[in-house]
Amino acid sequence: MALNTARRSARRGRRRFTRRDLVVLGLLLGIPVLLDIAIVWGPTLASVVLSFTSWDGVGSIKWVGTQNYANLFTNYPPFWPAVRHNLLWLGFLGLVAVPFGLLLAVLIDRGVRFSRFYQSTLYMPVVLSLAVVGFIAQLIFSRDQGVLNAVIGNTKNPVDWLGDPRLNIWMILLAAAWRHTGYVMILYLAGLKAVDPSLKEAAAIDGASEAQTFFRVVFPTLRPVNVIVGVITVIESLRAFDIVYAVNHGRNGLEVLSVLVTDNIIGEASRIGFGSAIAVVLLAVSMGFVVTYLVQEIRGEKSR
Amino acid sequence: MTVDTAPPPTAVPASAPAARRRGTRPGRIGLHVFLMGVSIAFLAPLLLAVYASLRPYDETSKYGYFSLPRHLSFHYYKQAFSDSGMTKYFVNTLIIAVPGVIVTLFLASFVAFAVSRIRLRGGIVLLMLFTAGNLLPQQVIVTPLYVVFNRIPLPYWMSDSMTMFDSYWAVVLVQVGFQIGFCVFVLANFMRTLPQEILEAAIVDGAGVWTQFWRITLPLCRPAIAALATLEFTWMYNDFLWALVFMSDGDKLPITSALNNLRGQFFTDYNLLAAGSVIVALPTLVVFLLLQRHFIAGLTLGSTK
Repeated sequence: MALNTARRSARRGRRRFTRRDLVVLGLLLGIPVLLDIAIVWGPTLASVVLSFTSWDGVGSIKWVGTQNYANLFTNYPPFWPAVRHNLLWLGFLGLVAVPFGLLLAVLIDRGVRFSRFYQSTLYMPVVLSLAVVGFIAQLIFSRDQGVLNAVIGNTKNPVDWLGDPRLNIWMILLAAAWRHTGYVMILYLAGLKAVDPSLKEAAAIDGASEAQTFFRVVFPTLRPVNVIVGVITVIESLRAFDIVYAVNHGRNGLEVLSVLVTDNIIGEASRIGFGSAIAVVLLAVSMGFVVTYLVQEIRGEKSR
Repeated sequence: MTVDTAPPPTAVPASAPAARRRGTRPGRIGLHVFLMGVSIAFLAPLLLAVYASLRPYDETSKYGYFSLPRHLSFHYYKQAFSDSGMTKYFVNTLIIAVPGVIVTLFLASFVAFAVSRIRLRGGIVLLMLFTAGNLLPQQVIVTPLYVVFNRIPLPYWMSDSMTMFDSYWAVVLVQVGFQIGFCVFVLANFMRTLPQEILEAAIVDGAGVWTQFWRITLPLCRPAIAALATLEFTWMYNDFLWALVFMSDGDKLPITSALNNLRGQFFTDYNLLAAGSVIVALPTLVVFLLLQRHFIAGLTLGSTK
């Protein structure tokens, strides 16, 4: 329906494109679309296809059906720990970093002094690369030279924060949350600034407490930001790679799905079909969220 | 862009209801204590890295981390630069990120223009195609690209590996292809807020598509483009995975990926690792401190409409 009206108004209100316009449109839309297909969508599709084959990257490609998936689920030891870690990542960012970021945004938005300073400081980790965050994490959590052990003064019997497979994922999550909180805070701050102040005034006149005003009046208007934050959090948790790779190449308690993919293709074995199957698992999970998000976007587009 | 639009709370004796809304004075102090505490906690890891990088390792090991420093020097920075040739990696980063940012922004701005300003059929589909593409996990596309790049021959003057694999071209191309999605999304949202009348007036005057884009729309997008340029540069600078997968020659790696390779040398010496981390983090921190406003604008342009 939207397309129809668009076409009609185009026909009515405008002349057709000239030949030069068509060349410009064809080239400047064609190149990015081709690039997007060649770099993003084509390979995505190819990954799906390759996941049903067994291939070492050089020899012939053999169709093996769902065998890779069967292997993945039943006899690939790092798989389930990796899934668990990715879910833990999602849970930790979603339940700790996001609410904390929101809390900081609300506090700063109340118009305290030095808010610029707080805002910049809390946001600063976001500009660091996750790889650097991983290295800094090593300075803090390393067993022999780390600061944490120095602070708690257990030099006799140091805790191996990053080496102990029961502990290290939590330390890494802490480091990831350090970065994610600031990101979330900035998004919420922007959202809070866009909230119509008269709404809050009205709520105050009606005698709502501050908490009531926030949860009943302000928070519902933040819906678009909530969606974005949700999408970013999911994507970040699924993409998690740099930090663990920087710390110990994603082994010994730090397995995540993305590392398993990388290991299988650039490792010595080069099991491309198998690596693709892991990638497709990642894809399936993320597509669920991405599609939900896009559907909402399109709805918003239409109602505009 | 400042957040503190509210008047300073202590300037005027607040009336009773206002005081209730803003919280009492002890409440304010508590708030500052809390925010200051969190800020310090957030800064601490960075400050620590700087501090560690300036102190000799012997000293830390002998007197502990929290002793007063006896020597502070840039020794580790010198060592990081001389031992590992960090300059080279910085140059590599520029070779990748500068064309990457420019091409991404140029292509993305045209797509955004086409989907938001010209009434093209299928505009929404295009927008979705690009936006969704940016949200996929990188690992999904890595495998096929790795295989394909290995099979694309390039002449020697373009790549000394004679293939697309292990060349700057591969990394730049992937950066552009992957980042276009986000830029299209943000720029389309921005362009939608521009008044349509300006464009209509130009069309009446006979402006073609190129003129509408280059001379009319793009100049109005300067703030959004500046914001995105800042953001994209940081992201391409920070990227870790692409170069790791698509390059085998350690000498071509950009700085962020190179740091990982250098870890072998750094491993025994955490103060040297600290110096390396600081060196890698410094450019983005400087960009952030100088262009903070753009930076934040770029992230939030897409989120609040």
